[in-house]
Amino acid sequence: MAHCPECEAEITVQGLMMGEIIYCPDCSAELEVLGLEPPAVALAPEVEEDWGE
Amino acid sequence: MRLAILTSRIRVEEKLLVNALEQRAIAFDIIDDGELLFDLARPGERWRAYDAVLCRSVSQSRGLAALYVLEHWGIPVYNAAAVTATCNDKLLTTLALLRAGIPTPRTLLAFDPQVTIEGIEMLGYPVVLKPITGSWGRLLARINDRDAAEAVLEHQEMLGSYQHHVHYVQEYIAKPQRDIRAFVVGERTICAIYRTSEHWVTNTARGAVASNCPVTPELNSLCVRAAQAVGGGILAIDVLEDPQRGLLVNEINATMEFRNSIAPTGVDIPNAMLDYVLSGIQQGVMR
Repeated sequence: MAHCPECEAEITVQGLMMGEIIYCPDCSAELEVLGLEPPAVALAPEVEEDWGE
Repeated sequence: MRLAILTSRIRVEEKLLVNALEQRAIAFDIIDDGELLFDLARPGERWRAYDAVLCRSVSQSRGLAALYVLEHWGIPVYNAAAVTATCNDKLLTTLALLRAGIPTPRTLLAFDPQVTIEGIEMLGYPVVLKPITGSWGRLLARINDRDAAEAVLEHQEMLGSYQHHVHYVQEYIAKPQRDIRAFVVGERTICAIYRTSEHWVTNTARGAVASNCPVTPELNSLCVRAAQAVGGGILAIDVLEDPQRGLLVNEINATMEFRNSIAPTGVDIPNAMLDYVLSGIQQGVMR
């Protein structure tokens, strides 16, 4: 179990992929999955000017 | 057979591609562009393990730089670096479309704000000011009058990076509250959607609703020609419906998002992308 760095809510990463973006169920912070075993998440990077299609 | 998918973050599109690869039992690795370290004169051995690299970086600058390096090392990449460079830059895209005789909105380019205003007034209000680079409808401005033109240009000059000091001005097309996003894979337009919005910006990233757009022979031909104009590959073509001139190609996207387009069109876009990549690998092997 990982914890949201913003509000410390418990975050499950089961069934997710490394690099996937999820939302904290408690505080809605945008989180990036950084580890599966052990689970780790961090605040997702802000959208940058060169991001897109 | 082994593929690499270059990513910055895993979106729905990357998950769909991963599912398609797993269903076909094709080996692959996901490579985070943040981990890359290229020793340019020494091609990395790890890359030789891949029959092709599919660039899905959400960062256009990282993705393009990686494509340049991998191509330099002889690694097959999708899309090609030159194609991606053209699509990432609205000026280069417009020039490529004009060179190929593809109908596109009239576009002006200027550097000095006062000269830009003179150009805008030559076109007539409203016009659209766009950054040359950028996506998802970010920082587009419909300029309805001189006050707005002066304000936005001052903001671009004072707040923007040097790229925002190159002023790209397009005539405003009175489209019917929608535009068309067509998906070209190789020689064929595999499907298209209407993107409908009450807002004049009709990107799905900005809330537009997707619905199926029939691929007529006219739309197919236009979009395939537009794709070829920028070098071809796996491309999303944005098309505007002008009441007088008909279909105009607006922009082309080299790292297309397609999550909202599978259900309305019924087309398996990720598998069509993989078919194209695998066919390219086979042709490369045969050569």
